[in-house]
Amino acid sequence: MKEWLDGVIAGSALLQGAPREITYFLAMVFFSLLAVGWMAILALSFVWMERKISARIQSRLGPVYCGGKFGWAQTVADALKLLMKEDLIPRSADRLLFTVAPVIVFLSTLLTFAAIPFGDNLIIANLDIGIFFILAISSLAVIGIIMGGWASNNKWSLYGGMRAASQMISYEIPVALSLIGVIMYSGSLNLLEIGRAQAGGFWHWNLFRSPFLFLGGFVYFTAAIAEANRTPFDLPEAESELVSGFNTEYSGMKFALFFLAEFANLFVISAIASVMFLGAWHSFLPWQILPGPIWFLMKAFSLVVVIMWMRWTLPRLRVDQLMQVCWKYLIPISLVLLVGLGTQMWVFSGR
Amino acid sequence: MAQDMKPIAQDLHTEEMLISMGPQHPSTHGVLRLELTTDGEVVRNVRPFIGYLHRCFEKHAEKVGFTGVIPYTDRMDYLAAMNNNHGYVITVEKLLGLEVPERGEYIRVIMAELQRIASHLAAFGTFANDLGAVTPLLYAFREREKIMDIFEMACGARLTYNYYRIGGLSGDLTPEMLAAVRSFLDYFEPKLKEYDDLLSYNKIFIERTAGVGVIPLAMAANYGITGPNLRASGTSWDIRRNDPYSIYDRLEFDIPTGRGLKGEVGDCWDRYMVRMWEMRECVRILRQCLAQIPEGEYINPKTPKAIRPPKGEVYVRVENPRGELGYYLVSDGKPNLYRLKVRSPCFTQLGVLPAITDGVMLADLVAIVGSLDIVLGEVDR
Amino acid sequence: MDIDSIADRLSSLFPGSVRGIEKEHAGDPFLVMDPARLVEVCMHLRDDQEMRFEWLMCLSGVDYPPETIAVVYHIHSQTHGQKLVLKVLLARSEPRVPSVESVWKMANFHERECYDMFGVDFEGHPDLRRILLPEDWEGHPLRKDYVYPESYRGVTNKA
Repeated sequence: MKEWLDGVIAGSALLQGAPREITYFLAMVFFSLLAVGWMAILALSFVWMERKISARIQSRLGPVYCGGKFGWAQTVADALKLLMKEDLIPRSADRLLFTVAPVIVFLSTLLTFAAIPFGDNLIIANLDIGIFFILAISSLAVIGIIMGGWASNNKWSLYGGMRAASQMISYEIPVALSLIGVIMYSGSLNLLEIGRAQAGGFWHWNLFRSPFLFLGGFVYFTAAIAEANRTPFDLPEAESELVSGFNTEYSGMKFALFFLAEFANLFVISAIASVMFLGAWHSFLPWQILPGPIWFLMKAFSLVVVIMWMRWTLPRLRVDQLMQVCWKYLIPISLVLLVGLGTQMWVFSGR
Repeated sequence: MAQDMKPIAQDLHTEEMLISMGPQHPSTHGVLRLELTTDGEVVRNVRPFIGYLHRCFEKHAEKVGFTGVIPYTDRMDYLAAMNNNHGYVITVEKLLGLEVPERGEYIRVIMAELQRIASHLAAFGTFANDLGAVTPLLYAFREREKIMDIFEMACGARLTYNYYRIGGLSGDLTPEMLAAVRSFLDYFEPKLKEYDDLLSYNKIFIERTAGVGVIPLAMAANYGITGPNLRASGTSWDIRRNDPYSIYDRLEFDIPTGRGLKGEVGDCWDRYMVRMWEMRECVRILRQCLAQIPEGEYINPKTPKAIRPPKGEVYVRVENPRGELGYYLVSDGKPNLYRLKVRSPCFTQLGVLPAITDGVMLADLVAIVGSLDIVLGEVDR
Repeated sequence: MDIDSIADRLSSLFPGSVRGIEKEHAGDPFLVMDPARLVEVCMHLRDDQEMRFEWLMCLSGVDYPPETIAVVYHIHSQTHGQKLVLKVLLARSEPRVPSVESVWKMANFHERECYDMFGVDFEGHPDLRRILLPEDWEGHPLRKDYVYPESYRGVTNKA
C-alpha cells in the first residue's frame, strides 16, 4: 500500500509539493473511511443474505416488500430504524463500560480489515506479521463482550458474558494452531506472500497440498465459527435461553454496532480461510479468467453462505460440551496435525 | 428484564445466584416463572411459580350451563382444544347416560387424532427451537397450517373450536373434508421421516437430550405423570388402550414407549421420540377411521334441549396429547353444574420439576422444560 | 376387589376409618373416610398387594354450604385396573385434613390448589401456600359464598 501511495505521489505534481505527512494522513483517513464503508456494506448485505437464506431453508420467503421483489432495501431500512431508536442505558448499568463495549467489539473487527488482501497488492497495510496482527486484534472482541455482559447489570447478560469469555478464549488456541500449520508450510506470516505461493490451479491451494493442511482447514473453520459465536456455538447469545445473552439490554446504535461487528467478523473469518487455505485471489484453474478480487470475494462469500447454512440446520451445543469439543478434540487434533505437517515437511523437503 | 440483583462478591468466594427465569422468557412455553438458585451454570434448586394465566375457569363453569362450558374447555390447553372438548362432553354424557351415534364417534376420533398430531408438532417444533435448531419449528408449523385448514373447514375456527356438543358434534363432515384429511395424511407421512433425518438422530441433538432429565418409572407414577412423558419412562399405559372411551377399542394402534436407545430410559430424547412415534400411530388411526366411518347422524337426536343431568358425580379421563386429562363433575340436578374440577396433566407434571433438576446445567433445564411439553393455559386454567 | 370388599377390608384393618359408602346417586360410588387416619389408610391402599393403588388421579375440593367442605380423592390401580373414590367431609368453618403428599407426591400441587381455592388446611404439607392466585389475595374463590373483591392493588373492577 505504501509503495502504491508513493507511486501515486511521485506521479502527481500536486501531491509532490505537499508535505509528506499531510498526504499520508489524508490517505490514511481516506482508506479508513473506505474500510468502514466497505465493512458496513458487507455487513448489510450479509444480513440480507442471512435473512433470505434462512427464509428459504425454513420454507418461507424472507423480505419481499422493501426494495422490490428481493427486498434488498430491507436491511437499509432496518439500519435506519436502529439509528433512529432511542439510546437506552438502564439506570443501574455501568455507563462507561456499557457505552464502550460495542465500540471495542466493532473496532477489533474493523482493524482487521486493514490487513486483509483483496487481491495481489490490494491491501491497506502490508504487514510482515499480517496474520499474527489479525489474530491478535480479533481477540480483543472478547473484552468487549464481557464488558457488555457485565455492564448491563442483568443476570442473563452476565451469563452471556461469562460464556463468551470461556468460549472465545478457549477457541483462540485451535484457531492459532491450525493457522500455524499454514504459516509453517508457507514460511511467512505475510498474507501477501502466503497468497502468492498458492498460484496455479487449485492443486496448489494450501488445502490440497497436504492431508494435514486439509484437516487443518476444517479445524480452523470450526474453531473460527466458535470464535464468531455462531450456531452451533452461539451460547453467549443463545436466544432461547438467555434472551440474547449479553445483547439483552442493548438497543439502537449500540446494538447496531454489535450486530454489524458480528457479520463483518464472519467475513473476516471467511477471508482468512480463503487466503490461508483456498488460494486467496487465484482462480481454481491455472488461468486467471476473472480479476483476482472477484475470485477472492467469491470464495469468502461462499464460506459465509456455508456458515449461515449451518446456523439454520444445527442445534446448539451446551457449555460443557462446547469446552469438551475444544479441549478434548480440536486442540489435540491440531497438535497432531502440526507434528504431522512438520514431519512431512522435514521428510519431503528437508526444511 | 432487570431484577433486583444480588451483587456478585468481589473476592473469589462464589455465592449462589438467585435468578428468575421470569414470566417472560422465550423458553418457558408460556407465562411460567421458575425461580432458580444457581451456582455458576449449575442449577441447585427450581421453584415453579404459576398462576399468571389463571382465569378461574372452574368458577365460570358453575354459571354458564353445561353446554356453555364447552368453549371454556377449548381455552385451557389451547394446543389440544379438540381433546379438551372431547373429555368434557364424554363426562356429561356419562352422567346423563346419553349415547353418541356411530358417525359422531368416528368424527370425534378423527378430530381428536388430527389435534394430537398438531399438538405433537407444536411440541416438537418448540422443543427444537429451545435447543437452537430454529428450522424444525417452521416446518412443524407449516404442517399445522394444513391441519388447521381442515379444522377451519369443519367448524370455522383455527385454534379454539367449540366443535363438540353433548350428544355428538355441532356439524357434520362433508366428503370434501374427508378427502382433505386423506390428502393431508398422504402429504404428512413422508415428512416424519424428514424430521428424523433432520433432527432426531443429529449428534448434537442427541448430546443435548440423551441422559438429561431422567424420570424413573417409580417417580413418574408417584408424581402422577401421564401421557407421552410416562410412556417415555418405559410403561405402555395409554388411556385409549387401557381404559378405552369412544371407539378406540375398535382401532388398531401400537403404543410407543421409551426404550433408552440413546441414553437412559425416561430422558428427554425418549420423551421427544415417543411423541414422534405417536404421530405415526395417529396417522394409522386416522386411516382406519377414514376407512370405517359410516353414514348416519352426527348427534344423538334425543339429546335434551336443556341439559340437566341427575344428581351425582363422575370422574372421566381421556388421553390428551399431554397426558391424562380428567374431568370431575358434580351435578345437583340443576341446569348449571355444581362443581367441575379439571385434572390437568401439565399442572401435575410441573410438580416433578424440582425433583429432577438438582445439579443440571442451565441449558439442560431448558431442554427438560421443553421436553415435558407444558402449556400454561392448562396449568393455570 | 369391588368397593364393598375394599370398605370391609379397610374397616377391619383400620377400625373407624370408613364412615360410609354412598352408592345411591348417578355416577361413581365413593367411600366417606375419617380424616384422622387418612394417611395410614392411603399408605395401605397404595402398598397392599391386592389393592396397589399406585396412582392418585385427582384431588379436588367441593363446597357444600352451610356446613361441609369435601375433599375428594380419585385413586387408581394400574396393576389391577380398578378405581376408587374417597371423600372426606370437613367442617366448613375450619377445614383441616392430613396431607397425603407423603403417600403420593402428586398431591403436592393439587393440595396447594385446594388450599388456594377453598381454604382447606392440609396438615403436614411441606409448602402450603397459594399456587394459582397471588400470595396476597384474600378469600377463597371456589367457595359458594365468595364475594368478588372490588379492587386488588389499585385495579378496580368497576367499568
